[in-house]
Parts: sequence; structure tokens; C-alpha cells
Amino acid sequence: MGKTLFQKVWDRHAVGQLPDGSTQLFIGTHLIHEVTSPQAFGMLRDLGLKVAFPQRTFATVDHIVPTDQRVEPFQDTLADAMIKELRKNCADFGITFFDIPSGKQGIVHIVGPEQGITQPGTTIACGDSHTSTHGAFGAVAFGIGTSQVRDVLATQTMALSPLKVRKIEVRGKLGPGVYAKDIILHVIRTLGVNGGTGFAYEYAGPTIAGLALEERMTICNMSIEGGARAGYVNPDEKTFAYLRGRPYCPKGKDWDAAILEWKKVASDPDAQYDDVKVFDAAEIRPTVTWGINPGQAIFIDEAIPEPEKLPVADRASAKEALEHMKFKAGQRLAGQPIQVAFFGSCTNARVSDFVEASKFLKGRRVAPGVRAIAVPGSQGVTKVCQEMGIDRIFKDAGFDWREAGCSMCLGMNPDQLVGDEICASSSNRNFKGRQGSPTGRTILMSPVMVAAAAVSGKVSDARQVFA
Amino acid sequence: MSLAPIKKVTGRAVPVEGDDIDTDRIIPARYMRCVTFDGLGEHLFRDVRFTPEGKSKHHPIDQPKHKGATVLVSGMNFGCGSSREHAPQAIVRAGFKAVIAGNFAEIFFGNSTTLGLPCVAAQPSDLQALSKLVSERPETEVEIDLEKLRVKAGSLTFPVAMKPIAQQGLLAGRYDAIADLLANLPKVNALASRIPGPTVP
Ligand code: SF4
Repeated sequence: MGKTLFQKVWDRHAVGQLPDGSTQLFIGTHLIHEVTSPQAFGMLRDLGLKVAFPQRTFATVDHIVPTDQRVEPFQDTLADAMIKELRKNCADFGITFFDIPSGKQGIVHIVGPEQGITQPGTTIACGDSHTSTHGAFGAVAFGIGTSQVRDVLATQTMALSPLKVRKIEVRGKLGPGVYAKDIILHVIRTLGVNGGTGFAYEYAGPTIAGLALEERMTICNMSIEGGARAGYVNPDEKTFAYLRGRPYCPKGKDWDAAILEWKKVASDPDAQYDDVKVFDAAEIRPTVTWGINPGQAIFIDEAIPEPEKLPVADRASAKEALEHMKFKAGQRLAGQPIQVAFFGSCTNARVSDFVEASKFLKGRRVAPGVRAIAVPGSQGVTKVCQEMGIDRIFKDAGFDWREAGCSMCLGMNPDQLVGDEICASSSNRNFKGRQGSPTGRTILMSPVMVAAAAVSGKVSDARQVFA
Repeated sequence: MSLAPIKKVTGRAVPVEGDDIDTDRIIPARYMRCVTFDGLGEHLFRDVRFTPEGKSKHHPIDQPKHKGATVLVSGMNFGCGSSREHAPQAIVRAGFKAVIAGNFAEIFFGNSTTLGLPCVAAQPSDLQALSKLVSERPETEVEIDLEKLRVKAGSLTFPVAMKPIAQQGLLAGRYDAIADLLANLPKVNALASRIPGPTVP
């Protein structure tokens, strides 16, 4: 009987069983950022412990870092304190820190792959739920809480119970104007926001194989929005081509040896899955959310469903969503005016996202009255965009072009919605209050759809706006 | 690290109704701007408790009849969203000792257990009955028996569920894994030498 990638990686990293029956799992690579790590270092100091394998932990600042003012001290004194704290912790414990002056700073889930730290066949943990992003490379990657960050710092291991594996097979050809973001919003809408509880999602099938690595990252990124703690794609030639020559990848003979190992880690053709779900890519259309969780989504040409027609379990939340969003059942979202367009986040702020949207933005202008901000996922992304002249296209179109960080994805820095503004957002969460204003309204969509919303001033079908 | 076993939680309860109460609702990100978890308790459910101007919306938590409650009662999919431990930390620091809900998001559940905050799952009809009871008779003592996995409140008694690993951990006072993990460091070192990490450029 064959094994899945998940099982192979799990078995290889299992230290043993703990008294409570859970597994002590070795974490190959640990990533940290300024928000969920300081308390963990505090616990470590209280217990008088050291970092067991400092060369396996990498740090960056993303969540709270200002995206406009980059000269320290920051006006935001708390942000300033948090960054200094991380800098001190990294220095004290010997951890590599991609600090702002390094030119490598950015959202942790974009920096890892960019630096070649994210590699196939390994386990990755980070105190952030979107750590599943790294699964795009064939890694088993989990989001963890701060106490577990402490555990990983102190022992490079954590206590965990194995997940079941659901294969999400996507076949068929994606239509024009339909992107990875639409695939994953459609999967979540279909399987539910907690349909993945207890599972790791293996994304497979010809459509996924045809996606570029950055698109696979978009899909794996949102696994957690479907309740799955991890999501991955089996590594293939595209994975290796993406990683070749990246700073933290093996070189020369070691590289060849690594590829041999990485090939072996992919799921066997006769692997046993706990569940399989098949999707037809040709049926997927550009998708937008109408509610307050990422599963409350419709195709752009559909109407918002009547709560009464939804499964009983979804009705209360649908009613609450309509009340918060001030939308009506039966309403279509195309034509809905927006006040803010946010192009950023670890779901969609990589070079390919900017390149794709820039093709359509060239020569166009953001609609009057719309606040449009573009926030590259990392300083690396910024650099490539500048070299390609893409920042110019965004700026000429009227986007505010910012420095790298999480920004308005979660509104921990001054990039926030005001009042009940509606934001067309390329991020991953539309929870109430997510973008910094308790009454703010978020509509999730692909980056090209965000560009279309920005130039038309309303939620629009990008296929028509950019026809 | 030996911790006191947690076998039973008893106290008055407060109903926080609704499904999919996510971690942004439990503790909005703007209150995570801190380097310690101290003081998080006062921002628990901030945006549903207060207007943006800071005026009380008379959320059940702030109603005098529920003052001092230590058991939180809620709906389905409680704690969905982010991995932030700030969420269970805020709950614990606001004085809660247990959560009863329909079911729990996985990372939230694990984070809570590690802090010694038991999260037990109940049937929707039982939750409704419990919410109703404690709203009408807020003085009711709610008892969560983690050995028998049973909740008693007034004349109500109903079964609850919890992952066996978490249950055993709480009952044995081993819900925080650090001591067990540290005990195996020699084995960890041996395994580490066989698992390549990122190579220093
Ligand atoms: S971009 Fe958003 S989702 Fe991604 S790590 Fe930052 S805050 Fe989290």
C-alpha cells in the first residue's frame, strides 16, 4: 500500500509517542514574526531555556510594520517596541532575522519560499495560521500558537496528532480571467469553512499540476479558511525549477541529492486517502465573497443566496452576514460601489500577481473616490516589480504603492478601513472587523478582480472591464 | 513541569450566542499589539461589547447578572480563524475557566488545552437549553465534569465531547507538553542530524 506525502513526511519527522498518545514531531524549519513570538521568548526566559537549533529558525517583521514610514523610530511606538523586541530576541538567541535594512524583509509566507528556506519533504511551523502556504512546495506546514512557538524554540519539536488526508482533485481547464484564488474560494464554498477540520488537503490533478508555484501558494494559503490545518501539492519539476539557486537551497552535488530525495516524498500513485473530492475547473467562474467568512462566496454572475434556502447550519451566520454587509438576499454584487481596493497579503502579493494585474491596469485609472493601495509581499517582490516597471504602472493608475508587510489584510498598522467602508481585497479573510474597522466590509476576490473593482469603482467582472 | 490536574470546572456561566465566532471577534488584531499577554482580558470580544467610541453595548459579559462568570457558552465552530494564542489568552485572562460550544476550530482547541482551558463540545439543543437557563437564572452553578464528560446545571444534564488526548492531558495535569518534549532531547538530537535544514548561504 502506497503512502501520501503527508504520511511519509510525518513518519520521517516523528520523534516518538508522548505519554498522552500524541506524536512528538520534529520541525525542520521554524519561522517567526513580531506578533506571536515575543511572548514565546518570554516563556523561554522564564523557564531558563535556550533555543535548541537556532539555525532552523528564521524571523521577519510583517504584521505590524508600517508600510509608509520606514525610518525608525516609528511614529507608532508600540510597533517600534515590537520590532526592537524581535531584533533583540534574534540577537540574544542567534536567530537569522530578515530585518528591514536586509532587503529581504516581508510577509513570512512570502519570504520563506523566496529565500529557498521552504523546501519539499520537510515540516514547517510558524505562529501564523497561513503557514499552510508553504505546502505548495510539498512541505507539511502548520500554523501554531505561541506556547507551541515556545516548544519549537526550546526543542525543535511539538506535540501533535496526525491529520487525515483529503485529496482535492481539480481537473479541466480554467476559463480566461479565472485564477487560483477562484479555485480555492470555490473549494471552500463547496466544502464549508470547517469542512476540513481534522484534515490536511492534498491539492492534485491536472489543473493543479498546470499551476505555477506562486498560484499553488495562493491555494495552499487558504487551506485554513476551509478548516484544514495544512494543505500541500506534491513537488514536481516546477517546484525544483522555482527553488534552484535560491539562497538557502543546497548547491552543486547537494542539490542533485536533494532533488532525488524530494522526488521520493511525493504521494505514491496507490496512496490511500481518507477522502477524495473532485472539482471541474471549467465550471469555476470569478468568485467574490458576500459575507463574513470566506465560504460565503458566489460567482460574480450569481445572486446572494436566501438564508432560508441554505442548509440549516448556515442560516444564522448568513443572516448575520447580510446584516453586517448591508446586502440583501437575491442581490448581485456586480455594480456594488466600493471605497477601498486592497492589493496585497500572503495570498496574493507575489510578483506574478502584480505582473498579471499590471497587464490590465496599464493606461487605466483608479475610479475617483476609491482609495487603492498596493502592498508587495516582500522587499524582494518590490525590487523585481521596480526592475520590471510594474510599480510605475500601479502608481500611474493611482494606486498608493507601499513598502512590504501585511498591511490592510489585518489592519494592525495604520492601514485600516474607516467606518463601514467596502473593500475589494485580494486577502484571505473577510471576518467582521478584520481590516481594522469593526463595521468595515471586506469582499474577497482575485487580484485581477481587485484591479477591475479599483478602476470601475465597483465590484465588477474583470472579464468585462478588461475586455 | 508538573501542573495541577483539571478534573472539574464549576462556576456560573455567560452565554455568548452565535456560530463561527472567530478569533478576530474574540480579540481584534489591533489589541494584539503587545509583547506580553498581560491585559488582554479587558479586550475580549471588544468590538461586540463596545461601540467604536467605547460605549458599552451591554453584551452579556458586561451585564451585572453575569459578573464573575467563569464558563463561556457559545455556538458552532468557535475560535475559527487565526492561530493567535491571544484568543484563548484573552479568555483566560478575562477570568474564564472553560468553554462549552458546539465544536471548536482545531488550532484554537489545541491552544486552549495547552493553557489549561478545557473546551467541551455539546449538542446544539443542549447548548440552547443551557444558554436559556443561565440567561434566565444567571445564579445557576454549571459543573463540567471532565472525567465523565458531562455537564450539570440546575435540572439540566447532558453529555459533552472532547478529544481523548486533550481530556487525558487535562486529567493528568500534562496538558502543557513542554516537560515531555524536553525529556526526549537526546532522541531529538539524533533525529535532527538526519533531517537537513535550510543551508546557510
Ligand atoms: S498577510 Fe494577512 S494572512 Fe498573511 S500573514 Fe499577514 S496578516 Fe496573516
